[in-house]
Parts: sequence; C-alpha cells; structure tokens
Amino acid sequence: MHREDFPMLKQDYIYLDNGATTFKPQIVINAINDYYCNYSANAHRGDYSISYKVDLEYEGARKKVAEFINADINEIVFNSGATEGLNTIVTGFFDNLLEPGDEIIISKSEHASNVLPWFRLANKNNSKIVYAPLDANLHITLEGIKSVITSNTKIIALAETTNVVGDVRPIKEICEYAHKNNIFVVVDGAQSVPHKKIDVKDNDVDFLVFSGHKMCGPTGIGVLYGKKELLEELDPLILGGGMNESFDSEKEIYLKEIPQRLEAGTPNIAGAIGLGAAIDYLQNIGMDNISIYEQKLKDYLVSKLLEIEHIKIINEEAESGIIAFNIEGIFSQDVAYYLNKYNICTRAGNHCAKILKSVTGVKNTVRVSLYFYNTYEEIDSLIELLMDKEKILKEMI
Amino acid sequence: MDTELKRQIMLENYSNPFHKETKGEDYIKTNANNISCIDDINLYLKIENNIIKDAYFDGEACAISTSSTSIMLKNIINKSINDVKEYINNFENMIYEKEYNKEILKEALVYDEIYKQENRKTCATLPYEALKKAIDKNKEIC
Repeated sequence: MHREDFPMLKQDYIYLDNGATTFKPQIVINAINDYYCNYSANAHRGDYSISYKVDLEYEGARKKVAEFINADINEIVFNSGATEGLNTIVTGFFDNLLEPGDEIIISKSEHASNVLPWFRLANKNNSKIVYAPLDANLHITLEGIKSVITSNTKIIALAETTNVVGDVRPIKEICEYAHKNNIFVVVDGAQSVPHKKIDVKDNDVDFLVFSGHKMCGPTGIGVLYGKKELLEELDPLILGGGMNESFDSEKEIYLKEIPQRLEAGTPNIAGAIGLGAAIDYLQNIGMDNISIYEQKLKDYLVSKLLEIEHIKIINEEAESGIIAFNIEGIFSQDVAYYLNKYNICTRAGNHCAKILKSVTGVKNTVRVSLYFYNTYEEIDSLIELLMDKEKILKEMI
Repeated sequence: MDTELKRQIMLENYSNPFHKETKGEDYIKTNANNISCIDDINLYLKIENNIIKDAYFDGEACAISTSSTSIMLKNIINKSINDVKEYINNFENMIYEKEYNKEILKEALVYDEIYKQENRKTCATLPYEALKKAIDKNKEIC
C-alpha cells in the first residue's frame, strides 16, 4: 500500500528490515526541509515570528503524539528514542524507588535496551532480575507472569511486541493484574506503536517508550510517555537550558513543569516536526488498516515459508509482521548476503536479544520484518530465492 | 584460479573447517568479532620458541570468515612468528589491493577478488585480527 509516497521505494530494493528502521514518505521529508528552509529558529524563544512558529510546530507535534496514543499533552516527553526513554525511566525514576530484594520482571526475549539498564540497576540496588517464562511458542502469557510475581515484585518491564520473536504481549491484562498488586508496568513500544493502535488510557501502562524512525519518522527522535503523576517524580538526568525556571545559587534552583523539565537543551526540533508529520501520515492510512494488512501479508509469508523443507521458522505463531527463520546448514549471515545480491534487505543476527539463545538454543536467525508498504509480489520474490538451497550455497560467496 | 574453483575451496573449508575445536588454558586465546555483522571467532594458539606449534578455532561465523580462518590455520602452523607476520602483511595487501607475494598465501589466494565485495572484506580479514592479537599477547607473556 502507498508505495508511491516513498522516495526509497523508487529504487530497486525489497526492504524487509522494518524492525530496524522504516523508509520515510516524502511528506515527512518535506516537513523537515520546511523547518530547515523556512523557519529555522530555536524553540521556546518566541520573541520573533519565525521562532514563534517553531514553538507552534514543536508543541503541535507533541499534541499529535499525545492524540496518537491517547495521552495528555504534558505526558509526552521528546527524546532521542526508545533506548534513551528506557534509560531515563530506569535511572531517573526507579533508581530512587527500589530497595534491596525488590524484584524486576523482564523476559529473555527483550531487546538489550530493556535489559542492560535493569541489570545495572539490579547490581546497584541489590534488586533482583526475574524472567517471565516463555511458553512453547516463546510467548508471554498473563498466567506466566502471575507465576513469577511475588510480594517483592515492583516492576514488570516488557516489549509489547518483541523484535525477534514478534509475539504481542497482553499488556492491558498485565497492567490490570499488576496494578492490583502495586506493580509498575514499563512498556517498550518500539515494535508495536508503529504497527497498531495504542491507547495508554485503555491499557493503563505506567510508562511507554518508542522511536520515531521505526514509524516513518526521522532518526534521533523518540517519545517517553509516563502517567503525569509519575513523570512528576522522575528526576531529570540532564540539566541545563530550557528545563529550569530560575536559579540563583546551588540552594535555589527552580525547574520548569513537565514535560519541559525533562527536555534540557535545544531539542531535536526537526525530528519532532518530522515525527508529527509521520503520525499524520499513519493516521491518514489508519492504524487498523496497517495492522490488518501486515497480518495478512505475514500469514502469506509464513504459509509460503512452511512449504520449503529446508527452512525452519522460529516463530510461526507470532501476531506481528516479524518472522525469524533459518536455512538448514547455512549461517544466517550468508543467507542475508545472498539475498542482498538480489537487492533484498533482511537482517541476520541475534537482533540485540542476546539472552534469548539460552531458551531457544538458536543464536542467530534471518529476520524479515514487514511494514504496510511491502507487497505480496515482494514476498514471492523472496520465496523464489529461498526455495533453491543449491543456488544459495552457490551464490552466497 | 577460476571463480568456481575458488568458491569450491571456500565452501569446502566452510563445510569441513580445519582445526575447528575448542582448546583449553594451555593455548593463547583471542577473539575477533565483526562490528557490522555477527561473526564471532575465538582463536587458540600454542607458541613455543617463536614458532606457532598448534592452532585451532571455534565460534560462529559466515562462510567467508569461517573458510578464511580454516585456510589461515593451515598456513601458519609450524611457521615462525616473523614468517607469520609477513604472511599477514601479504594477505592484507591482497585484500586492500596493494602489491603482494602470491607464493606465501597459497590457498588464501582464493580471496584475491574479495575486494569486489566491499562489505565482505572484513569477513576475510577477521581471523587475521584475532591472529595479530594473539601475537601481541604472546609478546606480553614472553
């Protein structure tokens, strides 16, 4: 769908690495160019008209993000991406809160950014990392989560959709149960927000992070959502201009309200404006239309892969557009190199989920991650190339 | 050497690599991994009186890296450190399109056209990074 909107798709690529980043529609590129060409001033300095326009556009982008996930505007903090968001939450909020013996539930299929900050916190505060069990399909269930909750559990931190297994976690149910037990829920939305309708009031997450570049927006811009009362308690990790009200001495520092308090320094203005344009673009297509199309495309891909004997799919049951597989006896990297010779972009590796191998026994896979601009014809081209193992062996080097 | 023969030699060394085995503490162990991909190789060397007496490797890597490691090991066992250094120089010169001595490289000549695939040069040179580290490590021990 909508391929004509993307300059990158005018080239002869079959791009199947949307879990890593997505292509940008012309309308997003235009919005960024418009800022740099026509009103390139700083934000929050409204003394002259082009700077006032920057404020309108920057805060307008915040409003678009808020409406996109059904949050209040002051619950949206712009940052560089999901990784920064998770680090901010862990260090700025939970570091003050956790006590020795407290437990943090994560899973073995989390991305490094939802693992390493928690590891460091656990080491520092003598809290404990607990892994939610993965079922036979490598999915997480509410029952599984319940089975590892104890009276010491303080946090559940999970990706809504994982970037390797592609399973979609029951976040709303997890939040409902967690909150009854006074447990915070932190959600990494990097792989879910770009692909489905998210409503933070409905699912009741405490914190949600995501990245602009995985949803047709520019790189270097991301969002940290937190419930207002929690953001109020989040210590700014970076201090400087734009986040303080006034200061006279080390004893007299007055900070701005949220979210500005959490956005020190000149923000990524072009990035925020570009993300706003990307959200408009996605809303025009409709998030439900995107989800439905991707699911059909993924089902088609799985059905075709299942017909090929030498292919083993790791996650055929996943509900997202992410499929990981291996070809018997061929290293995943070689498969990716082979496909690259035909301008097909896939990703080989562990996809930053380095502890998953202890569960699956599979260290590396080829990953195909779809977006709404991928087509059935592209899947056919991929399948044709994967069908002939001799050809792969011949052409991979 | 024609392209098909080169490919066969690489595939043979990939499918049945020479000396792929994990070794213990009596070997110098070094690792090389590729920042832009997932190749991850451990090299195990036994160096006595400046001679590489024995060499093994383990790890997971692509066909180019694995075969290049296998071929490299065949070429360095029972060679002096000085000869090995010269061998490394020649190999790197071949990869980076400089003058090099073909005779020293033997089977490693199969990578003489790898420069045509920019993103695979680092695959071919990966084991050599581990080898250089091992030689440095040996210097520290001596």
